[in-house]
Amino acid sequence: MKTSMLLRVGAQLLLPLLMVLSVYLLVRGHNHPGGGFIGGLVASAAIALHLFAVDIRSARGVLRADPRTLLGAGLLIALVAAVMGPLAGGAVFEGLWLDVNLPVVGKTHIGTPLLFDIGVYLVVIGAVLTMALTLAEVEG
Amino acid sequence: MSYLVAAPVLIPMLAGALSLVAWRSHMLQRALAVLGTGALLISAILLMIEVANEGIQVTEFGGWPAPMGIVFVADWLSVLMVLLTGITGLAAAIFSLPGTTLRMEHAGYYALLHVLLAGVAGAFLTGDVFNLYVWFEIMLLASFALLAMGGERAQMAGALKYVVLNLISSAIFLTAIGLLYGLIGTLNMADVAVKVAALESSDRVTVIATLFMIAFGIKAAAFPLFFWLPASYHTPPVAVSALFAGLLTKVGVYALYRFFTLIFTADVGFTHEVLKWVAVFTMLSGVLGAAAQFEFRRILSFHIISQIGYMILGLALYTPLAVAGGVFYLAHHIIVKANLFFISGATYHLRGSHDLSRLGGLWKTHPWLGVLFLIPALSLAGVPPLSGFWAKFIVIKAGVALDEWLVVAAALLTGLLTLYSMMKIWMEVFWKATPPETAELRGVRPPAAMTMVIVALSVLTVLIGVIAEPVWQLAAAAADQLLDPRAYIEAVLPESAQ
Amino acid sequence: MAVWLAITVGGLYGCAFYMLMRRSITKTLIGLILLSNAANLLIFVAAGLTEAQPALIPADSYLPEPGTADPLAQALILTAIVIGFGVLAFAMALIYRAHEVLHVDDFDALKDADE
Repeated sequence: MKTSMLLRVGAQLLLPLLMVLSVYLLVRGHNHPGGGFIGGLVASAAIALHLFAVDIRSARGVLRADPRTLLGAGLLIALVAAVMGPLAGGAVFEGLWLDVNLPVVGKTHIGTPLLFDIGVYLVVIGAVLTMALTLAEVEG
Repeated sequence: MSYLVAAPVLIPMLAGALSLVAWRSHMLQRALAVLGTGALLISAILLMIEVANEGIQVTEFGGWPAPMGIVFVADWLSVLMVLLTGITGLAAAIFSLPGTTLRMEHAGYYALLHVLLAGVAGAFLTGDVFNLYVWFEIMLLASFALLAMGGERAQMAGALKYVVLNLISSAIFLTAIGLLYGLIGTLNMADVAVKVAALESSDRVTVIATLFMIAFGIKAAAFPLFFWLPASYHTPPVAVSALFAGLLTKVGVYALYRFFTLIFTADVGFTHEVLKWVAVFTMLSGVLGAAAQFEFRRILSFHIISQIGYMILGLALYTPLAVAGGVFYLAHHIIVKANLFFISGATYHLRGSHDLSRLGGLWKTHPWLGVLFLIPALSLAGVPPLSGFWAKFIVIKAGVALDEWLVVAAALLTGLLTLYSMMKIWMEVFWKATPPETAELRGVRPPAAMTMVIVALSVLTVLIGVIAEPVWQLAAAAADQLLDPRAYIEAVLPESAQ
Repeated sequence: MAVWLAITVGGLYGCAFYMLMRRSITKTLIGLILLSNAANLLIFVAAGLTEAQPALIPADSYLPEPGTADPLAQALILTAIVIGFGVLAFAMALIYRAHEVLHVDDFDALKDADE
């Protein structure tokens, strides 16, 4: 199936932009509008766009990992964030915070909620793309 | 505060995540299936010991105190249900080992099994109304995927009905949550109970209670919206069927027990009267539906419905004896029903069909399987001294004590018709000669894993029947806590205790 | 405002149940989507409307100003939307697959299929 050239070129231009946007949304999510769910949706929308514009093979290529692996890894990361609390003597899912000096960003306040959000980000990408790719494969 | 309360949810979640990451590896997924469900069972046993020693256990997520944050609460009923989740989960995982194809494993069969168990355990433990909704949905998503996994004609038709009815039920549940929150501004179950009891007029509460009753009634497959169950439960792989039959509808029943003992007790004359008639019609329509069926698992599916009726009846009669009987019924039925489904899987393995007219002659070739079938079958029908006899006996005795003769008659009739159905299966599958078109395979045995599961659950059924006293005391303790929710509220909200 | 929203919610429920009672499987799905949106909007209305006071806390304070909208109701709706998204996406995929296997869009035609 040959798609329009405009769409193909557009999708290729948009893909990196949308990916950067999704990570930006993920990182600012704790205190501003954004977060893992929205970031994950933007990322999976970018890959879905690529899927429509080019084909399944190259969409899988963009993703590199199998969506199921992403789903599992995301779930694992979220669980790690959940049990950090008990390991530090607090409650399950309790937020732990750390002030660190990062090279570019400067002084940063990071904690387990960000870790949880990264997990959610991966779970959303994994879940949406498992479904989208399965449907696309059935059709194609 | 105890971390153990969260363990029955975190363990299957972890096992599910790991088996997703390891989706390529056949061996690893299988090992995780057994280890994960085994660990779930162990955590449930430890939690039960803790509850026995120290009373109701509460854990607050994120360190937010109730009623602000989400809490998990383990009282006797919750911990008993979680224990049964562990037993059924382990049994289903072991039973799956010989039958699961590589394609199903790649599609995430074991991961979904773990997620399903996490959802069920979460629903049993949570102390927050909205959180209950979330666990219901997690459970549903996993069950949707498991149900539709094979993609055959019957599976698709069954899955469609299951999905649509359950989504309607979820929407009604959500509606009820919205109205409840609008009315009293809290969703922590203990806090809701306190605030609802303090309301002056109860008419709006009764409306909300009815919405919850409809939502949970659909999930429990109660009359009149039960038809999704016999349309779908006989279509997936047998281990999945057994897990659904044992656990999923019980989550609906559990939610009814929780809500209509803790929260909605102001208008018992209306709500529990409605529940009583729902129970009677559920019992009768299920057992009559079963009498007309001729497919092994469809008969069993209809029987789930009629047994759900007994459990709801225990709640509806609303005396200590009746509620304890209902809890006993829940416990006994999960094991017996899952076992019957497992046995149907073993007979399928031997004869290649679920259709009664194509089965037969198994008594001659596999008499031990016949005996193993008779144990749960007679228990389901309520023949002494098996577990089902005590369950039925207690509920009916509670009915007699209240002079509810019509209800008692319906319950007895249902028991009799259940016996008829079980005997029908026995005659067709085991006693009659093998039909000529079905090959009689003498030497073939079901895989050892299947046999092990069936034997273990049958032994458990006999044990519950012969030494019913400890289980009965557990059920009675659970009923005491349910009918006097002060201990529950005090455990969740220590400052509200005056 | 609340009255109009309440009427909208009622209208959505009405449309949803009308669609759910159709025989067409696809229209049933539309009914389910409407139903989940109706329930979300209902939570929004039932929790009480606050005009022009979004549930945001200024950067330099720890407590919301008095009269701020209830954030919990919005969190509930957000969660319900996320869950609804997942479940309905699955339902849509299932209906699509079912259509490929069964070649019908009619619940009445499924009567024989489950036997």
